[in-house]
Amino acid sequence: MTPLIEARRVWREYGGNIVLENVNARVNAGEFITIVGASGCGKTTFLRMLLGSDSPSRGELLLQGDTIPDEPGPDRGIVFQRYSVFSHLSVLQNVSLGLEFERSPLLARLFGTSRRNAESTARELLTTVGLGHALHRYPFELSGGMQQRLAIAQSLIKRPEILLLDEPFGALDPGIRKDMHELILGLWRETGVTVFMTTHDLEEGFYLGTRLWVFDKIRHDPDNPNRYGAHISYDIPLGKCQPEVLDEIAANRVKATHAGRSDCR
Amino acid sequence: MKRMVNLQPSRAARIGLGLLPLVLLVLAYWLASDARLAENPNDKLMPAFGSFIDAIERLAFEPNKRSGEYLFWNDTAASLKRIGLGVGLSALIGLVFGIACGLLPLVRAGLSPLVTIISLIPPMAILPILFIVFGLGELSKVMLIVIGISPFIIRDLQGRVMEISQEILIKAQTLGANTWQIVVRVVLPQVLPRLLDAVRLSLGSAWLFLIAAEAIAATEGLGYRIFLVRRYMSMDIILPYVAWIALLAFAMDWSLKTLSRWLFPWYFGIGASDKASTESTKVAERTA
Repeated sequence: MTPLIEARRVWREYGGNIVLENVNARVNAGEFITIVGASGCGKTTFLRMLLGSDSPSRGELLLQGDTIPDEPGPDRGIVFQRYSVFSHLSVLQNVSLGLEFERSPLLARLFGTSRRNAESTARELLTTVGLGHALHRYPFELSGGMQQRLAIAQSLIKRPEILLLDEPFGALDPGIRKDMHELILGLWRETGVTVFMTTHDLEEGFYLGTRLWVFDKIRHDPDNPNRYGAHISYDIPLGKCQPEVLDEIAANRVKATHAGRSDCR
Repeated sequence: MKRMVNLQPSRAARIGLGLLPLVLLVLAYWLASDARLAENPNDKLMPAFGSFIDAIERLAFEPNKRSGEYLFWNDTAASLKRIGLGVGLSALIGLVFGIACGLLPLVRAGLSPLVTIISLIPPMAILPILFIVFGLGELSKVMLIVIGISPFIIRDLQGRVMEISQEILIKAQTLGANTWQIVVRVVLPQVLPRLLDAVRLSLGSAWLFLIAAEAIAATEGLGYRIFLVRRYMSMDIILPYVAWIALLAFAMDWSLKTLSRWLFPWYFGIGASDKASTESTKVAERTA
C-alpha cells in the first residue's frame, strides 16, 4: 500500500544553514502525528514542505506516491498559531468562503439558493466546533480559543486529506487548551483526516497523537551550530510505548539544556 | 503635581483648548484690521468682516451682471468636479496598480522602479507638457491631479498589500482560491479601507495641484477666482474663498472617514451590530 506521505532522504538548507538533514518517514492515512522539538529544529519547516509553501533542497517528499505540489492546495488544510482567519469576514462568511471559491470561479461569491446551501453547510460545521452562537461576529470579537475553532472549521469545510496544525494551541490558556484537545480529537475521529501537529508541549504531543516525532540534531558542532541539521530522532507509536521512553526523551532534553543549548542552534 | 507628560485634558477642556488658538487668531485679525482701517478707510489688505459678507453675498447670492451666473457656486462646482474626477481616477489607478504590484512579484519587478521614478518627478514641472498634450481644457487639470497623487497612492497601497500576512494568503490557497479569487475576496476587501486612508492623505496635494492648474489656465474655479481678483488686491474675496476651500477639504476628509467606518466596521473594530444578534451588539458597544 502506498503511504499517504513518504519522505525519502529529505534535506532542507538555506544557504549554508542546514535545517533538516536526511529525514525519512512513512505516514499512512488517518494517523495523528504530533511533532515536538526545540525551536529552530525544523518542525515548522517540515510542516511548510507538506503544505507546499517550501520544498526540499534534496530528497523526495511524496504525497500518495507523487511529488508533493510546490504550492498550497485544498487537499492540505492549515491552522497557524495566529492570523489564520480573515478579519474582514464574519464567522459564517469565513467558513462558507471555501465553498464559494469552489462553486463560483469568477466572482468567488454565491447568491440565492446556492448561497443558502453553502451557509447551512458552514453553519452545521460551526455548530460542531462550538461556534453556533457567534455566526455573525467578526474575528476581532472572538477570544483566542474561538478564533482557533474558527480556523479549524474553515479548514475542514474543504474536507482535506491532511490537516496541518502549526502550534495551534500555543497561545491559549491551559483550560481552553484542554477543550481544544477534545475538539480536535473528536473531529479527527469523525472525519478520518490525517493530522500533523507541531507543539512545544511534550505532554500535549503524547496525549493527542497516534504517533510522536521528535525533531533533534544528531550531531552538534558548537563552533558552527548550523553545520548540521535536525532529523526525526524518535518516531514513537503512541499507546504502545513504554513510559521509560518519555523519561528518556525528557532526560535527553535536560542533557541538551545542560550542554548550553536550550534550542537547536 | 503630576508630570506634564501625564496630564490629560478632560473632554470639555480638549474642545476648549482646540478652539482657543482659532478664537485668538480671529481676534488678532479683527484688532489689526480695525487699527489699519481707522488709519486708512480704503485699506485693502485686511478688510473688516463686514466686507467679507458683502463680497460673498455679491458672488454667491446675486447673479453676475455680465454673465448672469452665480460665480461662487459656479467656481465651487467646477473645482469640485475637477478634484472629484482627479482623485477618483487616482484612487482607481492606485487600487489596480497597487494590488497588482503588491500581490504579484512578477508585476512588481516590472512596474515598481517605473512608479518610483514617476513619483520622484515634481508634477508641476510637467504641467506645461500636460497643457501642450491635453490642451487647456478640463482634461489637463484632472491629469495634473492624477499624475500628482496616483504614484503616491500606488506606492502606499503596494506596501499595504505586502503587509497582508503570508498566513492569510496561504490560508486562502488551502481553501482552493486561485489568484483572481484571492484578489476579489481577500486582498481587495482587506485594502479598501486602506485605500480610503491613502486618498484622505493625498487630498491636500490634490487641492494643491488643482489650485495651481486653475491659477494658470482656467475660466472658472476657486483657484482661478483667487488668482483673478489678486490683481485688484481683493482680500475681501480671497480670504473667504480660502476659508471655503479649507471647509470643503475638511468636509471631504470627514465624509471619507465616515464612509470608511460605515463600510468597513471590522477595520475600526466596530462589531457587526446591524445584522447580528443582540449579543454581538453588546460586544460592539464595549469595543466602540
